[in-house]
Amino acid sequence: MDKAHRHEELEEEAAKPFGLMGYFLTPGELMHACEKLKNAGYKDFDAQTPFPVHGLEKAMGLPPSKMPWIVLMAGATGLASAIALTWFVSVDYPLVISGKPSFSYQAYIPIMFELTVLFSAFGAFFGLWGMNRLPMFYHPSMKHPSFPRATDDAFFVTVEAKDPKYDASKTRKLLEELGAREIVEVTE
Amino acid sequence: MTTAALQEDTPGKRAPLVLGHRDFNAVTETVAGIVEKKTTPSWLVLLGLALSVLLILLGSLGKLVAEGLGIWGLNNTVFWAWDITGFVFWIGIGHAGTLISAILFLFRQKWRTSINRAAEAMTIFAVMSAAIYPVFHVGRVWFAYWLFPIPNQMSMWPNFKSPLLWDVFAISTYATVSILFWYVGLVPDLATLRDRAKTKVRSIVLGIFSLGWRGSHRNWLNYEKTYLILAGLSTPLVLSVHTIVSFDFAVSIMPGWHTTIFPPYFVAGAIFSGFAMVVSLMVLARKAYGLEGLITIKHLENMNKIILLTGTMVGYAYAIEYFIAWYGGNEYERFAFINRAFGPYKWAYWTMWSCNVFSPQLFWFKRIRTSIPAMFVISIFVNIGMWFERFVIIVTSLHRDYIPSSWTYFRPSLFDISTFLGSFGLFFTLFLLFLRFMPAVAISEVKGVMPQADPHAGHGDDHGHDAHDDHHEEASAKAEEDEGDEGEEASDDAEKDEEESRG
Repeated sequence: MDKAHRHEELEEEAAKPFGLMGYFLTPGELMHACEKLKNAGYKDFDAQTPFPVHGLEKAMGLPPSKMPWIVLMAGATGLASAIALTWFVSVDYPLVISGKPSFSYQAYIPIMFELTVLFSAFGAFFGLWGMNRLPMFYHPSMKHPSFPRATDDAFFVTVEAKDPKYDASKTRKLLEELGAREIVEVTE
Repeated sequence: MTTAALQEDTPGKRAPLVLGHRDFNAVTETVAGIVEKKTTPSWLVLLGLALSVLLILLGSLGKLVAEGLGIWGLNNTVFWAWDITGFVFWIGIGHAGTLISAILFLFRQKWRTSINRAAEAMTIFAVMSAAIYPVFHVGRVWFAYWLFPIPNQMSMWPNFKSPLLWDVFAISTYATVSILFWYVGLVPDLATLRDRAKTKVRSIVLGIFSLGWRGSHRNWLNYEKTYLILAGLSTPLVLSVHTIVSFDFAVSIMPGWHTTIFPPYFVAGAIFSGFAMVVSLMVLARKAYGLEGLITIKHLENMNKIILLTGTMVGYAYAIEYFIAWYGGNEYERFAFINRAFGPYKWAYWTMWSCNVFSPQLFWFKRIRTSIPAMFVISIFVNIGMWFERFVIIVTSLHRDYIPSSWTYFRPSLFDISTFLGSFGLFFTLFLLFLRFMPAVAISEVKGVMPQADPHAGHGDDHGHDAHDDHHEEASAKAEEDEGDEGEEASDDAEKDEEESRG
């Protein structure tokens, strides 16, 4: 593929719209807007807020997080590793203390507990970034001129172009009706 | 609204958690402003001081590595003294950070939001200071990795039946989980700083550490669940850590150590000392950085109440130890306790009682609980007292053991003292760097507890009543479940705010 061609392709890709973005100044307005978008049949839309707005997931129709399952699996792995470790060391190098059996599991409960917690915490930590697809070096929504306010005091809503109901003019009109400010179509 | 609301502290009506900050942006400005403004000369002076104390630590440890453990005042009878005292002291201080970030989170104590970041930082730095002692007490530090079960050419393993090995697992898990929890909390705030960055370097560095966080609600959903789970994991973890630290003593058969009350007693003492340290640090930091509107008197008063509670629990433990020593009828146990209170170390013992049990009782008075100088002095007393508690437990039990011919009196050497003093240098150096370069208050969490953060607050009325009622039924059922009556109070407050601003 020659350079010029590749450049062209990149440009074409860059011009593809990602979606329409606008923002509100209160969490209440955002929640109202998300509810209206959901009721209008939109699915691929997202809210970007400086702090988690409670109850927004209901307004957006999002399912609950699957995080607990990841942590459960990680914790079970931790417990199994601790049992395997303590069993192995007591067989590999038996230390007879007070005439107790080599694998005295009672004495190993602290180890089992700590490793369960350690593995669960790692599961939660890496699971969080995995599920959120972070670290991410670039996201189209950061192109909105007022995006820095999304981590300060503005409550953004983004309707993505991939949504089947997306229509540049109709969606814009809906957002305008809902009172969104600075509605901008951002590109990929 | 400020003083008036604070005065009317009736049980049904809570004091506001954030004072003088009208909107979300004001909170960002206050906290991010600290990181973004120029370095002040006073900070540099403090950092210089902390660094010089840190040098004392490095010098003492260097001498220890070069010459061996003999430079400490230990002897055959008192084989554990200032080193393990310093270790338990620092670990205990760390526990308040986890209590604030995890346990108070599970109890939905919203006031924790403005102090949890600094308290978590304190935890991590305290654990680092604590780790110095066991690592260097092994003598030949280059073999410190023997503490971990790493396959080696001797095909030997550490003794998994020893509380000291449990301690290795507990402390390293605790340090790791605390750092993960802290970092998860930091990411949204680092993103706030990133989006405000003025220079290229800042925006790149913060861009890397904020992982491209963009505040998407899909991300927040996983984030909040993770935060809840990490809090749920840290709560039993913090209790287990000090329980296992107390096992270092309780599992032995030494009179004065071999008691079943040790785990809860140590945990209460840890929280007690940690809160005292948080109060000492916050009193200074809020003044130095103008955080009075975020870390209010109310926050400090709440912490003082916890100090009063845990101080009383510690006092109860001291008393019950005596009762059991008498009631148990073991003459060695009886001797150990009589020797504690009336033996050669009685000065240390009664210092402990005065600082830990008597001084916090002053917090029954609201005037003292809400007076900055008084709470600062008491918090320092508690820190001193809790150091003495560990010293008393460790040294008085050891110095007169079963054979009177080996009885001795422990005196610290210069290097015992300089190592302990130096550990404060490490702690304060790290804490000062944290205050300067990291958001010291959890920006996103504080915004979340402001009255206007409630989507059903008075502001919702702006766009007509139907909208308000629309989602009130579905979503607020959950919100109310989560927040109890506080949610309603918050909206009351917001409405009052509006009335005030109209009038």
